[in-house]
Amino acid sequence: MTDATPSRIGEGYRRADLEKHEVHVAEGIYPPTEEMLTAPIDPELADAQKERLLAVWNDPPGWRYWSAVNNSEVGLWYSLTAFAFMLIAGCLALVMRLQLAIPDNDLISADRFNQFFTMHGSAMMFLFAVPMFEAISILLLPAFLGARDMPFPRLSAYGYWSFLIGGIFVMGSLLFDAGPAGGWFMYPPLTTIDQGVGPDIWLLGLSFIEVASIAAAVELIVGTIKCRPPGMRINLMPLYAWYVLVVGAMILFAFPPLIAGDFLFELQRSFDWPFFDPERGGDPLLWQHLFWIFGHPEVYIIFLPSIAVAAMVVPAAAQRPMVGYNWIVLSAVGTGFLSFGLWVHHMFTTGLPSISLGFFSAASEAVVIPTGVQLFAFVATLLAGRVKMILPMLWIAGALAIFTAGGLTGVMVALAPFDWQAHDSYFVVAHLHYTLFGGMVFPLIGGVYFFYPFIRKQMMSERLGRISFWLTFVGFNICFLPMHLTGLKGMPRRVYTYPGDVGWDTLNMISTVGAFVIAAGIAVFAWDLVRPKGKLMEDRNPWNEGSLMWSHRIPDHYWGVRSIPYVTSRNPLWDQPGIVERMDQGGYYLPDAQEGLRETIITSAIDARPQHVTRVTGPAWCTMWAAFFTGGAFIFPTFHWYPPAVISAVLAVACVIYWLWTSTARIPENPMKDVNLGLRLPTYVSGPSAPGWWGVFITMLGDMTAFASLIFGYFFYWTVHPNFPPPLADHANGAWVALSALCYAAAWGATRVARPINRSGAVVMAQVLLSAGIVLAIAGAAAIMLSVAALDPTSHVYPAILWAIAVWTAVHTIVGIIMQGYCLAGTIFGKVMPEYDAPIWNTVLFWHFLLITALVSTAVVGLVPRMM
Amino acid sequence: MLSAQDLPQPFDRKLAHALPLRPGTDHLKAAPALAAFGFLTACVGPQSALDPAGRDAETLADLFFWLVAGAVVLWVLMNGLMFYAWRAKPRPISPKTGRWLIFGGGIVFPTVVLAGLLSYGLSVIPDQRAPGEGLRVEITGEQWWFRVAYWPEGATEPIHSANEVVFPVGQRSELTLKADQVIHSFWLPSLAGKTDMIPGRVNRMSLEPTEPGEFRGQCAEYCGESHAWMAFTALTLMPEEFDAFLQDLAAPAVPPDTEVGQAGRTAFMAHGCGGCHTIRGTPARGNVGPDLTHVGSRLNLAAGALDVTVPDLAAWITDPKAIKAGAKMPAYDHLDPDEIVAMAVYLEGLK
Repeated sequence: MTDATPSRIGEGYRRADLEKHEVHVAEGIYPPTEEMLTAPIDPELADAQKERLLAVWNDPPGWRYWSAVNNSEVGLWYSLTAFAFMLIAGCLALVMRLQLAIPDNDLISADRFNQFFTMHGSAMMFLFAVPMFEAISILLLPAFLGARDMPFPRLSAYGYWSFLIGGIFVMGSLLFDAGPAGGWFMYPPLTTIDQGVGPDIWLLGLSFIEVASIAAAVELIVGTIKCRPPGMRINLMPLYAWYVLVVGAMILFAFPPLIAGDFLFELQRSFDWPFFDPERGGDPLLWQHLFWIFGHPEVYIIFLPSIAVAAMVVPAAAQRPMVGYNWIVLSAVGTGFLSFGLWVHHMFTTGLPSISLGFFSAASEAVVIPTGVQLFAFVATLLAGRVKMILPMLWIAGALAIFTAGGLTGVMVALAPFDWQAHDSYFVVAHLHYTLFGGMVFPLIGGVYFFYPFIRKQMMSERLGRISFWLTFVGFNICFLPMHLTGLKGMPRRVYTYPGDVGWDTLNMISTVGAFVIAAGIAVFAWDLVRPKGKLMEDRNPWNEGSLMWSHRIPDHYWGVRSIPYVTSRNPLWDQPGIVERMDQGGYYLPDAQEGLRETIITSAIDARPQHVTRVTGPAWCTMWAAFFTGGAFIFPTFHWYPPAVISAVLAVACVIYWLWTSTARIPENPMKDVNLGLRLPTYVSGPSAPGWWGVFITMLGDMTAFASLIFGYFFYWTVHPNFPPPLADHANGAWVALSALCYAAAWGATRVARPINRSGAVVMAQVLLSAGIVLAIAGAAAIMLSVAALDPTSHVYPAILWAIAVWTAVHTIVGIIMQGYCLAGTIFGKVMPEYDAPIWNTVLFWHFLLITALVSTAVVGLVPRMM
Repeated sequence: MLSAQDLPQPFDRKLAHALPLRPGTDHLKAAPALAAFGFLTACVGPQSALDPAGRDAETLADLFFWLVAGAVVLWVLMNGLMFYAWRAKPRPISPKTGRWLIFGGGIVFPTVVLAGLLSYGLSVIPDQRAPGEGLRVEITGEQWWFRVAYWPEGATEPIHSANEVVFPVGQRSELTLKADQVIHSFWLPSLAGKTDMIPGRVNRMSLEPTEPGEFRGQCAEYCGESHAWMAFTALTLMPEEFDAFLQDLAAPAVPPDTEVGQAGRTAFMAHGCGGCHTIRGTPARGNVGPDLTHVGSRLNLAAGALDVTVPDLAAWITDPKAIKAGAKMPAYDHLDPDEIVAMAVYLEGLK
């Protein structure tokens, strides 16, 4: 598949809609002609370019290494950290299995056991499965896309350091016997009446990590949409990138409901606002809804990346392109959508009406179809090729054997009546481990064996890999197969011990033995991973695979790619002969770093037409400081130390502002840059062509989802409880609410108008408008807070939810004001000019979302209760 | 008079009763022949969903055996195909054939199978939720025990008990499920599936035992520190026996006639136990802990953590938390051991 005949773009070329607002757009010839792609390259020039590129992309030396932000470094740290957390969480499971090996055991106390199972689940989900996917994607995605780096390297680094701090905090609580013990699902009221710090550690520590997860998801989505090489239209993307896109979007929409839930939960725990207290109008089931709206997509967030790994290994094993690429893409997207409509199947025993049970049973079963399509696509590909039994394929095959068993028990528990027996029993423990081990751990290890030569240019051991596989596979089945029976014989989950005469003892002993066999298998794998492996190999593509990543020469060449290729096929290394050699010689785009800056090419979202050369950020300490202070802002409230928390939050914001001001949207020395092959690209763009704009847009979609979840809570109370709002309740002050809405509308208007005014050159007028916007925003936030000030949020859930919505809006307004102030300062100090106005675009975009938030909030706080 | 030497030795924690394995898995004859004899023996147990003694549990067990048989067949087909692709190394199929395989295996086949499965699986819901035919039992989940109140048809006052539920055979009983502080779940696998008990809500379910027997049930929703020790005993009695049982249960306590028992009664009242516990026919009227009117005739103590024996009762009174971490009842280890034993004798005698 190739683009149309080469044409000159820029001059006399009708600008695409998205580019209409740009001052500078791409000029020259695109796509490149055949002659251009075969023209000889001057070796001396190429060597000079190479020197410059290496100098720009090298990691900082010595201890400054830890300030690196390259995807290759951050991705590596990230995945090793997630793996370490997995090992710790696995050890917790081993202790639990020892405790359960015999009846009436007292190896560990009930409380410790409860902490352990809570942390085992929480850590496997939040510290291993999701971060591991993000880590590996950060590590691999730029290579799949022939990009030099992710679009926001410092954001990845910030996410990593946040993850590390949060993970150590949450996991470390176990050492002080203060770990959360409420289960990974934290159901209130059990966790709201708990007086210890455990639930706070869980809520705040994991919220912190969720924020980091969302940051990484934003990064990955923007990377997939905007950082593809020229020519790699969206239907030519490697399947891995498709899965990154789908999973990133799922994280974006799944985590926010949980964050909204955490927000309400922590307000109840810290300030006694009764969101989940039935005696004051609250409802414990609201948490269950918010938790599982997150929790079920979470399962697919974990599972789909592994399918993505399988989708890269299977074609390499079959030595042919995937059969049914379109089918797979559609099913991945379909799974993503469906997964948001199933959450109620975790609540089949809560006494829902039969009609809900039927609907959610059917919806849950429907997931079989897209999952089946993906699995059959693999089978079809294997049948259509000549299968080479490579080691990674062995792990994938084991994964499919285990996963299909887990999927089939999933079909069973998705039927509400059967679930009434199986729910919360060891049957479900078996089911979920079959899906997660088969759908995550096995493909992950297969993926490590597959991608290791890409990361380290060495092979892992074939022999150790097979030993590890058989130990893990056999151990897994010894451990978890009997649990199906244990559960149906009545053993509930989360019991620290059990009596000896109910018929569970033999089964439990078998499971414990199996758990240790798994541990042996994982230990062999871990040894194989870290043991020294001799010298680097020459062959870059040991599996003879077709995607761009195998053109890389990491680890000694940090630049990612020597030059960014022009791609016309799904498997360029198979279908575009000579592409690797030409990339190496610097014969494609952006082969040089004349200005000494880290750069990569930004292309259009669908067709991957080159749009822009973006200057990505380099090594920095400020990201680490920002993560550190963000951690303080989340961790101090655990102990009710609010003043240090506020100071930390302010410092975190200061670090982020410093980082943005000094390294993003810098005014270029030259508005255009020659990127080779007769193409000149702008070095500064604003609005929808800029990755920063996409970053804000995508972040705000997630933010809106959290806000929608809050509003869902409001209407949940209204629908489920006849006494909401209570008949004689005081309402918010209508006048203040109306004033607030007006102020927000005016603040938005002033900010929106400032953008074209600034572009037209009337900088002073723009400054006046931005200043007015700030004042109006402060007034709007103050007015909405004043409207609820007379209500007592601890008295009933109705005033409490009004307060929560007002606080949410006000906190977002603070961000909006900071952004307005940033633009204002930018116009004064030369960071923002009429021609270079990306920050204003991003601020206006934020304010669009803030206006929606404010108008919905004011309507729900002031208007709706009066109409009810 | 008992002396301190008679105090219980470190007690032996075990199930209230060593329950005899019940014979009779006749209903399983209808199940697919795939279910081998050995597996069936392994399924037997006092708390087993695969060894049902109630109409609802029977339906669900049958559903399970159909599901598992289908799952095994599908698993073998799917993985067999994969195995064939590697080991047999057949002549490569064309991509077009491959796409037909995806369409057939990924879309057509599951759609047909799932449609059948859903119609069968969901069709059992209405029966499982049918209204009761007379008796209503209100069960409240507490940390960590079950409060039980029987409402026979037409009753204006309930009959209270705890940690033990008795149902008539051949009759559908209605269950009203509530919770005090935190969420629990009522699960009696031998008779029916589980339903959650949620503070602020009232859930209902119903069940119909088909044979007399003694079963074990347990809280299935994690409810805090001693979640593992929140079990109950269920008895199913023929209707006439059940009526007699209920009549006995409604009667006030019959205190033991012995000297020690009388001393125990005095101690029980003197130390304020009646502030939390009710013993009908005495001044003890508390409503915080379990009703103890007929505690001596119950089949377990402390929600399945202990037996109803003098040593176990004494151990419990001495230090409940040592037996059940986090238990709400305070320890009485400051009392004279003789007094504790006397109280245990008194309680054990409340038949």
